[in-house]
Amino acid sequence: MMDILQILLSESFWAASLRIATPLIFGVMGALLCEKSGVLNLGIEGIFAAGAMCGWMAVWLGAGLWGGALIAALAGAFFGLIHGILTVPLGLSQHVSGLGVTLFATSLSYFTYRTALPNVSSPPRIEPFRALDIPLLSDIPFLGPVLFQQTAMTMLALLVVGLVWYVLNRTALGVALQAVGDNPDSVDAQGLSVYGLRIGAVMVGSSLMALGGAFLTMSAFDAFFFGMVNGRGWICIALVIFASWKPGKALLGALLFGAFDALQVRLQTEVGAMVPGQVFLMAPYVLSIIALVVAARKAEYPRALLTPWFKGQR
Amino acid sequence: MTESKVLSLNALSKRFGSVVANDAVSLDLHCGEVLALLGENGAGKTTLMNMLFGHYMPDGGSIDVASPDGEMQPLTLGHPQAALSAGIGMVHQHFTLAENLSALDNITLGSEPLFALRRDRAGARAKVQGIMDRTGLVAPLDTPVGKLSVGERQRVEILKALYRDARILVLDEPTAVLTPQEADTLFENIGAMTGDGLAVIFISHKLREVLAFSHRIAVLRHGTKVGEIATSDADERVIARMMVGEDTPVTQRDAMTPGAPVLTLSGINVRNPSGRDSLTDVNLTVHAHEILGIAGVSGNGQSALASVISGLRRPDSGSIHVDGDEILNPDPKTMIKAGVGRIPEDRHHDGIVGAMSVAENMVIERLDDPEVQTNGLMNRSAMAANAENLSQAYDVRGPGINARARLLSGGNIQKLILARVFEQGARLILANQPIRGLDMGAAAEVSRRLLEARAAGAGGLLISEDLDEILGLADRIMVIHDGQLTEVTSRNREDIGLKMAGEHT
Repeated sequence: MMDILQILLSESFWAASLRIATPLIFGVMGALLCEKSGVLNLGIEGIFAAGAMCGWMAVWLGAGLWGGALIAALAGAFFGLIHGILTVPLGLSQHVSGLGVTLFATSLSYFTYRTALPNVSSPPRIEPFRALDIPLLSDIPFLGPVLFQQTAMTMLALLVVGLVWYVLNRTALGVALQAVGDNPDSVDAQGLSVYGLRIGAVMVGSSLMALGGAFLTMSAFDAFFFGMVNGRGWICIALVIFASWKPGKALLGALLFGAFDALQVRLQTEVGAMVPGQVFLMAPYVLSIIALVVAARKAEYPRALLTPWFKGQR
Repeated sequence: MTESKVLSLNALSKRFGSVVANDAVSLDLHCGEVLALLGENGAGKTTLMNMLFGHYMPDGGSIDVASPDGEMQPLTLGHPQAALSAGIGMVHQHFTLAENLSALDNITLGSEPLFALRRDRAGARAKVQGIMDRTGLVAPLDTPVGKLSVGERQRVEILKALYRDARILVLDEPTAVLTPQEADTLFENIGAMTGDGLAVIFISHKLREVLAFSHRIAVLRHGTKVGEIATSDADERVIARMMVGEDTPVTQRDAMTPGAPVLTLSGINVRNPSGRDSLTDVNLTVHAHEILGIAGVSGNGQSALASVISGLRRPDSGSIHVDGDEILNPDPKTMIKAGVGRIPEDRHHDGIVGAMSVAENMVIERLDDPEVQTNGLMNRSAMAANAENLSQAYDVRGPGINARARLLSGGNIQKLILARVFEQGARLILANQPIRGLDMGAAAEVSRRLLEARAAGAGGLLISEDLDEILGLADRIMVIHDGQLTEVTSRNREDIGLKMAGEHT
């Protein structure tokens, strides 16, 4: 028991939690934007892979770190456009289209990687984002190491949360997005484009998902591996429901998941001899299922989620 | 009321497939005027207004709208945005509100620049407040619309239009969802608005409010404008005659002596929290060799009545007897077993399972019949033989008995349902709007089969909004209004029309 307490009080544990949570924060904000407009984007898992691959490869080819992040975001927007066209004007099943995008984006990423680097056993490494060292802020006891000695992408993720909240709640665009996810007729009757809003939301949301993937290859690690997304996209889909489509709660959910993950790594080294390691690996997922069961009952779904809308049919 | 024209619809036409929804309808509207657009369901009122607002593209005709300085200009058709900027506001029967947003957000939606970093909430609020003060249309601005009452939501819809400086306001059956008190308030508000020069078109089929609150009345029937009259020259009889027409196609119906009661409802009450579609102390008896017609404007309790008789809904109180036996725990299976055959109102949704084959749909109400199954296994050859026979006998045309039922046309779906109902030897046929939307041939077939079942000793309960249908088929007529049934002895269309509109003369 003392061990757990010690872990929970350590700076390194909380710093690790935030680091692990970063890709989830990007992903969950992206999924939230899509779903707020009424479109479920199960392409997330594949878009993560595409973002991870594109960002890393762009840096390796000399685009620079921020250039790589931009390329990753554009790749995400591209897959978002595909999903958007299939599900919004064409009104196809969002589940089927999303899973299709995941398979397509994942395979295309692996294919590109293999084609570009046919004969390597281990991928070339890039120089990833370094931890920041912000004068004064980084020296604050406890908070400094936890918050301000992270990489620039983690800072960006936290900024995105604020930005998404601001746009959704304080701008006309956000109001229109919330309206199109609740009752597309309301938007149409006021002369706005349902298709434009939804496709736009899916594209921007998908760019954020891709940034989550890019964090993996450009910040958490320094190279691209097969299978490195490892279900993070699916976790984001669950976290959005847990958060009841609220950006602040979504950030909290991502941090909680990060904390569970960081905790299990540390507990594994402490009591690993007694309990098989797989139990600890499983723990965050089990806990997220339990959290979901508790939270999802009260979740306020966007009313038009999953419902296609066609012009002139009322 | 000034004389300046603000709107003219010129010979607008719209067809849906082979159905003519509007045939060269022309209308004028003047500044400060309230025009009532009257007509039975399906007469084409809503289609006309949807063309005005750009939801539908007309097949012919044009629309001119006055610009703010009074000059008539042609309106770009088929674009809601064009209608909005020309100053036309529309309040749909089904509200177009985002329930997760506040009233203020719903009102300003679409009239602010989308990509601005800030919104002028204070300015918007002041403008809305000004409109509320002027017109008396009061609604809480900061509560999510999902928590507002129906009357408040409607006021938000009207505020939406006025916020965009609408000079022409279209209200599609505004009082259909309101309590009488809310309706009175609405018309007071409309009075205040027209005082400011707003022109209003309201669609209705309630004669009382039309006579009390409009300046002019236009009547549509079967997609054409059949008349226009100044309200001061009109009374209920004149309008009722214009609405229902005087042509009565006569179906051959031989006189018969009613037999024993096949369906008796006594003291049936159904309460809905919303207050709509309730039933209050409903008593009725249908005898063998008799068709009882239930006339009424939709939404007055017809669907509750149909649900009770088909066992889909348990009444809060009252008793049901079928063929003399009391049904204590009505559910759909019990009612079918007791001998109730059901021709549902929404034949596509409630009448068939679209994804299943025609043959399967034909036996779907008797799946435990040994003829079609043994020990839980369906006897496919018996089902096929049954389907072939019935398709022949009832003239069900389509891609074949193994095709999915949703591929059939509306008329053929109805014939499939008829085959299923009549072949079970139902004691009571519940026919809810059996002819609506059918072409002449299929409609005649439905009528013929109903009369045939009546001759064979079944009782019929025909629920319809179409007076011609009721007068042609029913031996006795009751009118449903606001969940209550009244028997009418007269077969005079005007008398029945007045009762349908809730007048007690």
